Amino acid sequence: MALSGMRGLSVFISDVRNCQNKEQERVRVDKELANIRTRFKNERGLSVYEKKKYVWKILYIYMLGYDVDFGHMETMALISAPKYAEKQVGYIVTSCLLNENHNFLQLVINTVRNDIVGRNETFRCLALTMVGNIGGREFSESLAPDVQKLLMSSSCRPIVRKKAALCMLRLYRKNPDVVNTDGWPECMAHLLNERDLGVLIAVMSLLVALVANTPEAYWNCVPKCVQILERLTRGQDVPQDYTYYGIPSPWLQVKTMRVLQYFPSIEDPSIRKSLLNVLQTILLRTDVVKNINKNNASHAVLFEALSLVMHLDAEKDLMSQCIVLLGKFVCVREPNIRYLGLENMTRMLLVADVVDTIRKYQAQIIASLKDPDNSIRRRSLDLLYAMCDVSNAKNIVEELLQYLTTADFGIREELALKAAILSEKFAPDLSWYVDAVLRLIDKAGDFVSDDIWYRVVQVVTNNDDLQAYAAEKARNYLDKPAVHETMVKVSGYLLGEYSHLLARRPGCSSKEIFHIIKEKISAVTTVTKAILLSACVKVLMHCQPPNQELFEQATATFRRYENSVDAEVQQRAVEFLALSRNGLAMVDIMAEMPKFPERQSALLKKAVDTDGDAPEVSATKLRLQQQNSMALVVADRRPPNGDLHLLSVTEAGASNQYPKHAAVAESQASEVPHSSQSQVHSNGATQQHASGTPHGDLLGDLIGTLAIDAPPAEPTTGPSDSQALEAPPKSPAISAASADSLALVVLDAAPTQVQPLKSVSEWFRELSVKDSGVLYEDPYVQIGLKAEWRNAQGRMVLFFGNKFTAPLRNVRGSVLSPPHIRTRSAVVPETIPPRAQVQVPVDVACIGASRETAVLDFSYNVEYTPVKVQLKLPTLLNKFLQIAPVSANEFVAWWRALGGPPSKIQEVVRGVRPMPLTDMADLFIRLHVGVLPGLDPNVNNIVAATTFYSGTAATLCLVRVETDPLDRTQMRLTVASEVPNTTYELKELMKEQLVDIPSLAQPSRTSASSLAAMGLTAPAAALAGLI
Amino acid sequence: MIHFVLLISRQGKVRLTKWYSPYTQKERTKVIRELSGMILSRGPKLCNFLEWRGLKVVYKRYASLYFCMCVDTDDNELETLEIIHHFVEILDRYFGNVCELDLIFNFHKAYYILDEVLIAGELQETSKKSVARVIAAQDTLIEHAKEQSSSLSNIIAQATK
Repeated sequence: MALSGMRGLSVFISDVRNCQNKEQERVRVDKELANIRTRFKNERGLSVYEKKKYVWKILYIYMLGYDVDFGHMETMALISAPKYAEKQVGYIVTSCLLNENHNFLQLVINTVRNDIVGRNETFRCLALTMVGNIGGREFSESLAPDVQKLLMSSSCRPIVRKKAALCMLRLYRKNPDVVNTDGWPECMAHLLNERDLGVLIAVMSLLVALVANTPEAYWNCVPKCVQILERLTRGQDVPQDYTYYGIPSPWLQVKTMRVLQYFPSIEDPSIRKSLLNVLQTILLRTDVVKNINKNNASHAVLFEALSLVMHLDAEKDLMSQCIVLLGKFVCVREPNIRYLGLENMTRMLLVADVVDTIRKYQAQIIASLKDPDNSIRRRSLDLLYAMCDVSNAKNIVEELLQYLTTADFGIREELALKAAILSEKFAPDLSWYVDAVLRLIDKAGDFVSDDIWYRVVQVVTNNDDLQAYAAEKARNYLDKPAVHETMVKVSGYLLGEYSHLLARRPGCSSKEIFHIIKEKISAVTTVTKAILLSACVKVLMHCQPPNQELFEQATATFRRYENSVDAEVQQRAVEFLALSRNGLAMVDIMAEMPKFPERQSALLKKAVDTDGDAPEVSATKLRLQQQNSMALVVADRRPPNGDLHLLSVTEAGASNQYPKHAAVAESQASEVPHSSQSQVHSNGATQQHASGTPHGDLLGDLIGTLAIDAPPAEPTTGPSDSQALEAPPKSPAISAASADSLALVVLDAAPTQVQPLKSVSEWFRELSVKDSGVLYEDPYVQIGLKAEWRNAQGRMVLFFGNKFTAPLRNVRGSVLSPPHIRTRSAVVPETIPPRAQVQVPVDVACIGASRETAVLDFSYNVEYTPVKVQLKLPTLLNKFLQIAPVSANEFVAWWRALGGPPSKIQEVVRGVRPMPLTDMADLFIRLHVGVLPGLDPNVNNIVAATTFYSGTAATLCLVRVETDPLDRTQMRLTVASEVPNTTYELKELMKEQLVDIPSLAQPSRTSASSLAAMGLTAPAAALAGLI
Repeated sequence: MIHFVLLISRQGKVRLTKWYSPYTQKERTKVIRELSGMILSRGPKLCNFLEWRGLKVVYKRYASLYFCMCVDTDDNELETLEIIHHFVEILDRYFGNVCELDLIFNFHKAYYILDEVLIAGELQETSKKSVARVIAAQDTLIEHAKEQSSSLSNIIAQATK
């Protein structure tokens, strides 16, 4: 079919297609953009046809991935055109180019609303479609009631009503607080009687969103849903149009079952019975057929039925049918079905005790671990992880370790983490655990995070009978020629602590051990060097009786690093050198590390976090999560033998050592390339800790030891609790399930949604009379300010604090100064680590008097959401004032000398904040304007004097305030100084401080936005607006 | 819900994009680059699902075009796969044996057909007949408008002769 008539568009598309390379394409596109831009500029000459053509071209160019930063207005203008053909183009292109965060959209709200309430059905459809596709708060606020009316109206045709239902869904899903849902349960129940299946499926989608938020309100819909499901499975009353490859609307079936999964459980016996009957039918009759689409559709229904059965916690025979089916699925060759089989089996494990049945399929599941398909391997890994227990741990961990060597890089880290967790959690005996993890480090050192080897050290330290075994293993690994750095760390540490236990064995004398360690020391990084140096000194100490040769070798080693460039290594070398000369006295200092307080493995926390990264949470998912965290706690408490018990006591103390975000990011690292940065970062942080003390390689653990004295962490704190404790502060927009906050940010948080916690102007007001305080704060970042002023100079220090558990990225802060102020600021680092604070000093010098202040232009990214604010810095005139001691005579003399305007200005100020004179005097002093008491005979007046410094000049300023005791809201203010400009500015400043500022009463949101808007033009405008 | 729909050719060229969740232009470009790399490199006999950034991408290849839809992890994958097929069948019926070229030169039609199939990332209509009817009606409206305007311009042309 030819493009109906738009020749120019076809030509352009062919041109782009004919381009040989990207460069040519860009040239062609740029030419076209330039052409469109000029044509739009001279809009008068554009015909309707041309307008449409250019707007389509813009969409095409945009789709190709080019930046189109104009034409939005022209596109939206088409929406208000009278003809359908133009309107359609306007609506479609607008909904493609813009998203809910574009402010332009406000301009068309009225037109859109007119189309929605108007009589023209086709216009209605266009408007509803666009609103449904874009959504956004403004639309929700202004359109929800109208859309709802259309949905409920009996006079509208199905085509309008189904669009209205989905439009409503969009408006509600993003902003449930804006939409008034009173009376909806009845309406929804009524709508479920709908005969038109097109409308019904749209209504069902809407119901899913409603029920997800407040299931208890919609109980009345349950019987209706079950009826619909019955009707569909029997194929009654389903028009031919709505069957898909012979299956009665599979989509509607799936949606209806999805709705039912949001209700906690269905108690009514008759409804439950009919529902279970329906499910039984679906489970029994679904068969594999040849037609792939029919197969997919019927299995879509089947898998949804499976999840509903799991959700209902149905009777045993229904459950076992499900397991049989899933068992069949994990063995089939068809990859989609196998993938879903593995996925659902994992879910099944979490809701029901079916491990024994599933174990039958272990071999097939392991086979899937070697599948060429990455998606399937991942599912298989998850399932193996979930089904592992004491009985099959050896087998499964063995498989995982074997797979490690061939696995693709994307999955290795996760694999390593999971193998480490399983081997710890289900170790039949501890020596096996040590074996397994050391093998893991040996095979996949690059993918083993520090947590894993820290944990080995903890376990070995706490188990006396394990120490000799571990030391021997460590010796054997370290003796190999090429060893991974992580292995060097853990082996070195273990040998330092426990190699003396091996002293009698062949090849394990102190000298030999020392030799092995010394071999490695030159080829490793400084962090590892530090660990090895500690190991050396410990080996030396344990050598009894002292051996001269060993002593000399050791001192030689320490000497070598005495001048190391790394301060940590150097310090250790110097200290150990001095200590080793002390002979036996060293024994007290180099004592064995004390036992660690029993705690939950940090790895388990990671595993819990891994499960919480989905953006939206359905009831099933929530349930799974709860079940999952419970499963972990249960597993923790189960001590199959005495030794295992200590491996799994929960503890929350060390949590701050491993930022949650890093853990989440790490678990996703295989999918998201950039998140490996945060992994590096978190390791870096712990390494810094580690190198902070001479022989505390595990500072975090040392802190943990101290924490015993503090109130002990509740031993029963489940992983989910500890997660809640350190959940990041949230804005209301993202206060959904705590575990999912990160993912939600990605989708939900719009720039406008990160709001300051209080009013920005309020903070600024406080800072204008104080020298330290908060400049800005939102859920992620706090900016504090501390300042010192001296004459015309000042130094402010800005404290940028990241309150969030993830690093803030793309941080930019620049200080823009008006002409009369000079500033010089240090650079704001681009990334602020989680819970860290950076200080940025800003030097300020005043050159002249003005109301303009310097402005901090600050922006950062939370995940993918940019946040941008412009903040006034309190470089106000009063900061450069100093109280001047002036005697009465001097004052009067000066006052007289400064005759009238412009040196002396008088103004009657109204709308003054009523306050007692003493308060006013206090305010003056805080403004650095010195009050001279008793100088004025009238007790209702205040006179004051101050010196204003700018550049090298100092100007004496005199102030007189005459108040009216009967009307405290007005007064007469007189300011005098030699420099007219200074007089004027000081008067304005004082007036501003005395008058009630309107923005105080306004909500923070408007003031923030108006500030931002004004800040764009000139900082002065910001203040001008206030005055 | 469906967060976005992508049509990518085997050469990695974008043929249609539709975003139901708010992504900025920068993010959109990044997503497309990332996903087309992942999807195009997958072998032919693998499953149609891809786990990606805590979401799931369901894709299917039809001749030289990959149709991709990104959904939440707990959404029904096979259902989404059949939504893709449903959309393809509708395109097929409309263009009559649809091919990539049809979609390139009539990308705007593909957009408004998609708008009749999905709204707000949810399936709107499952009856192919009903969708076909609506689109045919739209086409008539547009044709009608064109005739009108051309006749109008004829009249003007006549008058100014």
